[in-house]
Order: sequence, then structure tokens, then C-alpha cells
Amino acid sequence: MDSGIKIKSENVDFFYGKTQALKNINLDIYKNQVTAIIGPSGCGKSTFIRLLNRMNELVPNTALSGKIYLDGMDIFDPFVDAVEIRRQVGMVFQKPNPFPKSIFDNISYGLKVNGIKDRSFIEEKVEWSLKKAALWLEVKDRLCDSALKLSGGQQQRLCIARSLAVESKVILFDEPCASLDPISTAKIEELITELKKEYTIVIVTHNMQQAARVSDYTAFFLMGELIEFGKTQDIFTKPKDPKTEAYITGRFG
Amino acid sequence: MKKNIIQNLGFFALFLCILTTLFFLGSIIYFISVRGFKVISWEFLTQGPRLGMTQGGVAPAIVGTFYLTLGAILFALPLGIACAIYLCEYSPKGFIVNLIRISINNLAGVPSVVFGLFGLAVFVKFFGFGVSILSGSLTLGILTLPLIISSAQEALLAVPQSIREASFSLGATRWETIKNIVLPTALPGILTGVILSIGRVAGETAPILFTAAAFYTRGYPKSVFSEVMALPYHIYALMTEGTHPDQQTAIAYGCSLILLFMVLAISGIAIFIRQRQRGIYG
Repeated sequence: MDSGIKIKSENVDFFYGKTQALKNINLDIYKNQVTAIIGPSGCGKSTFIRLLNRMNELVPNTALSGKIYLDGMDIFDPFVDAVEIRRQVGMVFQKPNPFPKSIFDNISYGLKVNGIKDRSFIEEKVEWSLKKAALWLEVKDRLCDSALKLSGGQQQRLCIARSLAVESKVILFDEPCASLDPISTAKIEELITELKKEYTIVIVTHNMQQAARVSDYTAFFLMGELIEFGKTQDIFTKPKDPKTEAYITGRFG
Repeated sequence: MKKNIIQNLGFFALFLCILTTLFFLGSIIYFISVRGFKVISWEFLTQGPRLGMTQGGVAPAIVGTFYLTLGAILFALPLGIACAIYLCEYSPKGFIVNLIRISINNLAGVPSVVFGLFGLAVFVKFFGFGVSILSGSLTLGILTLPLIISSAQEALLAVPQSIREASFSLGATRWETIKNIVLPTALPGILTGVILSIGRVAGETAPILFTAAAFYTRGYPKSVFSEVMALPYHIYALMTEGTHPDQQTAIAYGCSLILLFMVLAISGIAIFIRQRQRGIYG
């Protein structure tokens, strides 16, 4: 098993205005593993994964200290281009957010903004991504239809495919199943398990069963602090911190 | 039981309101049509006026209004959309931007005759464009800018933040996101603003009074520096000047009907484009 560190977070503090959202986060995310981040609402878990692809920069009046490394490279180095980081670290959002374009254009968009013009390459890549995201069989005859006509679950898989097409190495899932029904959720979870062979995955979830089912490592956040991090089976069977135990047994949150 | 009666009375009152509105709308169309159709003929649409406005047609005024409206939209649309994009997507949020927004909204409330005087001072005199299509189009364009900017801003703000984030997350720059995602999504909303402003521009009289309109021209405008006849001003002139009030009034109704049709036709094109966009994006 390749267990090299893909992303390393060192002493990360993050502020929205004067409010501290993250306090001294030190966390390693291992390559080709699924890392789940759990915790009650407002604990900073979404804030944390939005740092990993520099999406935090879109929010005004925030401040960051500490370092985050992707393959050993400091992603907040002034010489590093946020656009390049975001290409390598894809993101799937809480609510499916396909572009109001055709299914085909949703996938090809990422390729086009990354400078790829070769039509046949784009067509191959669209098919490849849709197959990877387990959506190809459902949409192959209607690639020119609007993506907004797909069901919620299909839209979410389209968003995953979109991210795969630009050859992201890491995919961040920010509560990807929060707005989906159980069957669609099962499909996404199955897909995540399949994808980790080639990708590094970080998933934020409110659903503890989901974390237990899909992840290899689990991090428990509370009030902006990382309380406990370890192998998922350890966290769920013998948590070291009483707060972790209280949370996973459903005593709060 | 009592609650139901109150509800029914409420709905009946609402129904009466819509009926009143429809009555006025219907009567405008009815009176303009009935009186206008009397004078409309092939000659009326294709010939210039003759014998002191009492004979012949109003073709130069139709052409003039078309040019003025087209010119105003060509000038105001790109400028207005660009301003809206800057205000919504680029500018830092803060006091100055709010001030700019408030100023633009206030500009929309300035009486159109004031725009006319402004156009006379700036375009006709200062820039030396003279009384011309160019001066008139620019004045009408400035008049309609606030409307285009505010409707474009609203359309841009209605584009969900989540699809902007999706675009960034794929490695698109801010510019690529605006060009490929935000603008196409906002286009139907922006076009709605354009439709409204076309109606306003085509019918405005005061702004072109001193900047573009002529009571009578021989033939058609030759360049953007020619003065033109225009339908709204022609109606005004027919009703206030001249020596044959009866014949002139009939012609004025004919002009009104044509103006009504022109606005409907131009709006129709915009509505068609909007619906097609919705078809793709909805």
C-alpha cells in the first residue's frame, strides 16, 4: 500500500474577520486513501477543505497563517498560481452545481479553460470521465441535452466527472450527498471507493455512517480544532478522546 | 365561513384591478389602431411627406427612429453590460462602489428633457456633432444606460455563486468564468433589460428634440451626421404645428400605430432570442 503523504497541513490558523475558524490544524492526508472529516456544523471542516484548493481566497476579509503542502509544494507561496492548484485539487460541492450547459460542455469546459483544443481528444476525455464517474451508460445518447435535466444524483456524478476530466489528483468532497436520496448516495459512495485507487480523496460529511463506510482515515473537528485523527476503524471503535466518543455515539452534534 | 367570504372578496378586488388595467391597455390599442389604420397605406409607409405634411407618407421618420434606436442600443448595450460586470464581479465591495450604484440609479430618475439639454450642450455643441443621428443616439444611449446597467446587474447577481465556484475549482480564471459561465447564464435577464430600454428609446421625444430631430427632411439621412425625422417628434410636430389640424391628427395616429408596431417587432426579436437561450440553459 502506497501511504505517502499527499497533502500536509502545518499549524494552520484561519480567520474570518476577527473570528478564528481554524486553530492550529496539523493534518496529513495520505495518497490514494479516503480521509473523512467529521464534526458538528460550524466546526471548521468545510473551511478546512476549502483551503486545500485555495477557494478561501474568494471570500473577502479572511486571514491565514501556517502552511499547506501539496506533494511538498507550499500551495500558498506567492509564486504558486491558484489556478494550477485548483486544477490539481478538484472539488465536488454540497449541492450539485452543473453549469447551465449541455452535458458534453459541462465536462469539456474544464479542458478548454486549460488550453486543450483538439476536438477528438476532448471527445475521448468526455467519454472517459463519464465512464469513470459511472454516468456514461445513462447519458451517452443525450450528451447534447442540458445538464439541468439530469436528476440530482446524476448531476452530482456529472460534477465528479467534470473534475476527473481535468486530471485532478486530489478530489475534495464537501458533503456531496447532503441533498441526495439514499440510492444516489449509495452510488456516490461506491464511486468514491472505486476512485481512491487512482485519486486521493477528502470528504467532509455530517453522516457518521458514511464516514465509517467510505473512509480509511477520519479527522474529528470541533470548534475549529482538530480533536482526533486516525484510522477510521480506530476512531469509530476505540476513540482516544472522550469528546470524539461523545460525538460518534450521537451524544451531541 | 366568514373567512371564505373575506377571501372571495379579496380575490374579487384583485380581479377588478387586473380588469381595469386590461381595459386601459385594450382601449389604447383599440383607439390607436382604429384611427391609425385609416391612413396607413403602402404610400404612407414608403413615401416622404408632401404638401405641408398633409399628404404622402412618413417613411423618413420610420427610418430615422430605427437608426436612432439602433444607434442608442449599439452604444449603451456594450457599455452598460461592461459597467455591470465591473460593479458586480470585479470591483471591491465598499463605500465607493455603493456610491456609484446609487448615482446610476438616480440617473434613471432624471427627466428626459434634461438629457436632451445635456446632449445639446455636450454632443451637439462641445463635440461638434451637430444636430445629427450621432448626437441623438448618444443622448438616447445615455438616457437608457441606467436601465441596462441595473437590469444587467440584477441578472448577474442572480447567477448562483455555486456555479462560479465550480468554474474556479476546475482551474478557470475569474475572466474565463465571467466570459464562459456567468455571462451566458445571465444573458436572458440582460436581454429583458434591453427589451424594456428599446421600448423607451424608440418612444422618447424630449432627448432628440434638440439633438437629432428635424420637422422635415428631404429624403433619407445620408450619414450619422445628418439630422433626421423621427416618429415621436413627428407626432409632436403634427399635433402642435401646421395649418391643417384634421388631416395632421389622422397622420399622427398613423405614426403612433407604426411606432407601436416597431417597438413590438424589435421586442419580439429580443424575446425570441431570450426564449432560445432559456431553451438551452433551462
